[in-house]
Amino acid sequence: MKKTSVSTHKITIQAQKGWRLIDFEELKQYRDLFYFLVSRDIKVKYKQTVLGGLWAVIQPFFAMLVFSLFFGKLAKMPSDGIPYPIFSYTAMVAWIYFAGSISSAGNSLIGESNLISKIYFPRLIIPLSPVLAGLLDFTIAFMVLIGMMFYFHIHPTIMILFVPFLVVLMMLTASGVGMFLAALNAKYRDIRYTIPFIVQLWMFASPIVYPASMIPEKYRLVYALNPMVGVIEGFRSALLGTVSFPARMILISTLVSAILFVMGAFYFKQMERHFADII
Amino acid sequence: MMNNTVIKVENLSKRYRIGAKEAGYRTFREAIIDAITAPVRNLSKLKKLTKFKDNEVARDEDDTIWALNNVSFEVNKGDVLGVIGRNGAGKSTLLKIFSRITEPTTGFAEIHGRLSSLLEVGTGFHPELTGRENILLNGAILGMRKKEIEEKFDEIVKFSEIKKFLDTPVKRYSSGMYMRLAFSVAAHLEPEILLIDEVLAVGDVPFQKKCLGKMGDIAKGGRTVLFVSHNMQAIQKLCTRVIILHEGKMLMDGPPDKVVSKYLGEGMGLKDEEIWQNIDSAPGDNVVRLTAARVLDQNEKKCANFDVRDSVSVEVEYNVLEGGHRLHTHFSFFNEMGHVIFVSKDNLDSSWRDTVYPTGHYRAVCRVPGDFLNEGEISVYCAITTVGARNLGHVSKQDLVIFKVADRMDLSGVRGNYPLGWDSGGVRPRLSWTVEKASPSSVIPAEAGICGYEEKERG
Repeated sequence: MKKTSVSTHKITIQAQKGWRLIDFEELKQYRDLFYFLVSRDIKVKYKQTVLGGLWAVIQPFFAMLVFSLFFGKLAKMPSDGIPYPIFSYTAMVAWIYFAGSISSAGNSLIGESNLISKIYFPRLIIPLSPVLAGLLDFTIAFMVLIGMMFYFHIHPTIMILFVPFLVVLMMLTASGVGMFLAALNAKYRDIRYTIPFIVQLWMFASPIVYPASMIPEKYRLVYALNPMVGVIEGFRSALLGTVSFPARMILISTLVSAILFVMGAFYFKQMERHFADII
Repeated sequence: MMNNTVIKVENLSKRYRIGAKEAGYRTFREAIIDAITAPVRNLSKLKKLTKFKDNEVARDEDDTIWALNNVSFEVNKGDVLGVIGRNGAGKSTLLKIFSRITEPTTGFAEIHGRLSSLLEVGTGFHPELTGRENILLNGAILGMRKKEIEEKFDEIVKFSEIKKFLDTPVKRYSSGMYMRLAFSVAAHLEPEILLIDEVLAVGDVPFQKKCLGKMGDIAKGGRTVLFVSHNMQAIQKLCTRVIILHEGKMLMDGPPDKVVSKYLGEGMGLKDEEIWQNIDSAPGDNVVRLTAARVLDQNEKKCANFDVRDSVSVEVEYNVLEGGHRLHTHFSFFNEMGHVIFVSKDNLDSSWRDTVYPTGHYRAVCRVPGDFLNEGEISVYCAITTVGARNLGHVSKQDLVIFKVADRMDLSGVRGNYPLGWDSGGVRPRLSWTVEKASPSSVIPAEAGICGYEEKERG
């Protein structure tokens, strides 16, 4: 039996030219490693903390308190007719996942430089595993959101059926941006210092403290070029019934997100061959 | 099987870009301008990291090196191939290319069969995770399937002897326990081809023996092994064939005894002197350039083979081409394993300490006493730097000289009449020992302060 595997398993190693695509077959071969790295990221996250998984809730919750006070109470920010706290919390659940994922993914290659310079495996696993690991925190925060919906007596619309799609859209965007930042960061360490900045600007470019309905109608589709606009507005509409389901904005966001993902993956694969040499 | 070749390498080359030297600052104004223009220079430097122009493949550029240069060989099924050579010869690069960590610049390698590489034990261990979790994670990193690891789990735990601490985070392990666990996971890999780099250089002696034994089992099991090591004993014991790499090229390929004895015995690569005739291509920059380096015995004669009792003098001559720098010369002594044994600097001679050097020709000599170095091959690295607000390297020369220190088997050496191996430790100083018959209650009173120094204020 072993002999047959010898003859079938052949690798040719040489300098490769041109564009490379994601090798899904290879990713599948390494799915166990993928699984262990994701579970490591989850386990390690709250080791030696007192509050543990509660942190997944505390972050968006406190952001909600602060936003409700400053933007809701003091600045009288409109919130599409629903209580400001749950309005901002819904957005924060998605945003904290996204911000956490792109910053962990963006710094992931550098953090794993030891692995990269010693062992071969599909490098894509590294930025993708924080994107997957973050889902646990997202789920916990989401459960609290459901609790809050009961508290505020808010009923979801039928469009709640689209929530899984929105989650995928959110992950797709985070992966695309994450891969791109990770590969860029491997070569230009400036990225490491740029990421917090990107996250901050991007947050204000997304409807988190304000509703998308504040943007003039004619610019709204341009606004939706930011994929997180589709995700967050989609969540609010489906779960809180703020506005009618923004299908066109989500469509545009999905297209942009898909383009980001493909470009991020291409760039990553392009740079992959150099990681061990430059990291 | 008709075809026995499991690894085929043809004209394999790998080029790295090394940092080009930076010019020093002259004035405050220059430093400011330098800081402002730095981003432009940095960008082009970083861009170059991953780009080699095609016409550059036509060889040398001064900020690149060929870590491997047109290496070709084949490995047959069941071969245990040792790869030896001094530091920077390209051994690790070769293994990195085989394990697909990095790509070759030109040439290709073909590998038939499932390959695992052990370039380091404990890769990917996470300090916060428990021993149990790390076994699973590390196994997956080394290429084992989850099912495979679970099947071998008990065996791994047994081999590592850490059963009691299985659910303790490895950050609380002693370094010995950590190494044992790490090696145990690696030792249970069952690839068809195994690449091993220097892993035996870790841990204490009994543990190294255990590792060697396990390696022997793997080798005897008919698997193909590529083994990179500085440990000639291990190479001779385990390998069926050995190749020597030197500056990226393959120098020799043959049976272990022949190759190892050529490498060691003939003092291959030993270097008692090097003279740079052409000052423009000598190691250094426009401030300092080396002109000569040699290693001398007590009688000021060039020598590359020393007795453990002999003193060794390492000498470097250099021209200072630009005056006005506070220069420091320093030597680092490396053993065969590539470990630094010790470092010494010329500021121990007060006559030129903290002095601005005028242009001219200089000689710096460092004398290592006899009965101090351990046996083996010793390579000296030399650096000449300007020490100041900003350290500035002028000369950085590896393998300045390379000499060999040999053992004595009579009572006159440090070894005395001890007959067995003495391969541990960086140095072998001659210390003074007394052994006597003592009365059972001889208590030596403790002294205050640093032992051996009397406190001056006391009187």
